Amino acid sequence: MWYFSSPKLIVFGEDALEYLESVKASKVFIVTDKNIASFGLLEKVLKHLEVSGVEVKVFDEVEPEPPKETIFKGAELASQFKPDLIIGLGGGSCIDSAKAIRVLYERPDVQIEEISPLTNLGLGKKTKLICIPTTSGTGAEATWAVVITDKRKKVKLELASREVISDVAILDPELVKKLPKKLTVEPALDALAQAIEAYISQWKNDFSDALAVKAVQLIFKYLPRAYKKGSSDIEAREKMHIAATLSGLAFSNSQVTILHALAHSAGAIFRIPHGRAVALFTPYSLRFNFSKSWKLYAELAETIGLKAVSKKELAVKFLNEIEKLLKELKVATAVKDLRIEREEYLSKINELVERTMESTGLIANPREVTEDDVKKLFIYAYEGKNVDF
Amino acid sequence: MAKFPSDEWVKEFCKTLNQNKAYEEAAKTWEGDFLFIITPDEDLDKEYVFYVDLWHGKCREARLLSNREEKRTEYIYEGKYSNWKKLIKGEIDPIKGLLTRKFKLKGNMSKVMRATKAAKELVKTASLVPTDFI
Repeated sequence: MWYFSSPKLIVFGEDALEYLESVKASKVFIVTDKNIASFGLLEKVLKHLEVSGVEVKVFDEVEPEPPKETIFKGAELASQFKPDLIIGLGGGSCIDSAKAIRVLYERPDVQIEEISPLTNLGLGKKTKLICIPTTSGTGAEATWAVVITDKRKKVKLELASREVISDVAILDPELVKKLPKKLTVEPALDALAQAIEAYISQWKNDFSDALAVKAVQLIFKYLPRAYKKGSSDIEAREKMHIAATLSGLAFSNSQVTILHALAHSAGAIFRIPHGRAVALFTPYSLRFNFSKSWKLYAELAETIGLKAVSKKELAVKFLNEIEKLLKELKVATAVKDLRIEREEYLSKINELVERTMESTGLIANPREVTEDDVKKLFIYAYEGKNVDF
Repeated sequence: MAKFPSDEWVKEFCKTLNQNKAYEEAAKTWEGDFLFIITPDEDLDKEYVFYVDLWHGKCREARLLSNREEKRTEYIYEGKYSNWKKLIKGEIDPIKGLLTRKFKLKGNMSKVMRATKAAKELVKTASLVPTDFI
């Protein structure tokens, strides 16, 4: 037995934001960040909410890789305002914050660390949740994962509950058409990684496979276009926005792998933005899993039109194609390129390994993972060395 | 071959666990004891309760209790006999078993969600015990 979870409704395409004009709510609490407001994206949302005549309060203090303290503050404000609808507006950080704030608002008796698939939260009595992504990457609008940073412990809390999934996800390409290059690339590579991870995870299934394949196809086709042409290629923007949600649905109904475990660990300790960390660890993780996953890599290669004499060669071609894409998009593929000093990095290697070994990303990784493997991966990733073990 | 569920089986499980290096590594920071409760179904006529004390990658004690009230533990892991059989045979992933409510877990969730590798090794070890099911 297994489950498939998704938002009750996904509104997508041009003018998708118009859905907000007919929301059934009286008090709306928007969780976002200051950049969203300054880019004019908040205004677009408010304009549509105005039509529905609701009372709105904006909490715009979400930081990248949001810490627990931000969630507590947001939940406190929400409990004073008493919304019957919470909107998460922004990238993965804003959306995950909205999910967590919603939990603490509805269940003030629950500790944030208790958000787990095994805890009965009983959400939905006080508020609904709408998620509106303004980047095309994490797919957080469609997942039941919540990643919050514990700054004191320098660890990312990988929280999850099927109850936190949004009621409605709104994918309006208008919100992403002017994304700068970095905000186009890094989240998109997170989406690519998630889709591949969903496809190779031990928990893969027909539903997640279908979504993962489509996401991979769309990303390979449209990401280079969105990167090169920016706002002038609205079709590429729209397709990338959909690909991100497909990827979120795929991994959320399968699992991520060691790739996300490494990225979360390094991201929390060295404060590397999530998409950048995921992109960096992609080649190392995929090559590490090669012995168990090469047939699946070959299948993905076929779906994007690659050809080779043997399946194994096709699998290698797929990995080469990903590495070519990373190069084309000018992302860092070695930790040393992030200006992290070797000495400092090595002094924290045990902490990095420990965090990774505790990550839920290892639950369904196709290959068994030992502490030695993780340590070697971190060392190889620092130097940019090809994985050979 | 030890009969499952029995005191002999849980003691053999404890012994096997103490010989398993992979479990020792995965659970080296784990501190917490369990009640493993096997609830009756069509193939089992009464409830069986195992006490298993796990500490830093080792099993310190394991025995069959007379009932679930005999000992208070940090965690309770509970499921039907037929599901325990599948778990020991490796037919149910231990974490998936929890997510699909085939098993119930009571205790500190955040601590246990950081120990999923240890949980998998724990279950793998159970499948190494030569077992005769009722």
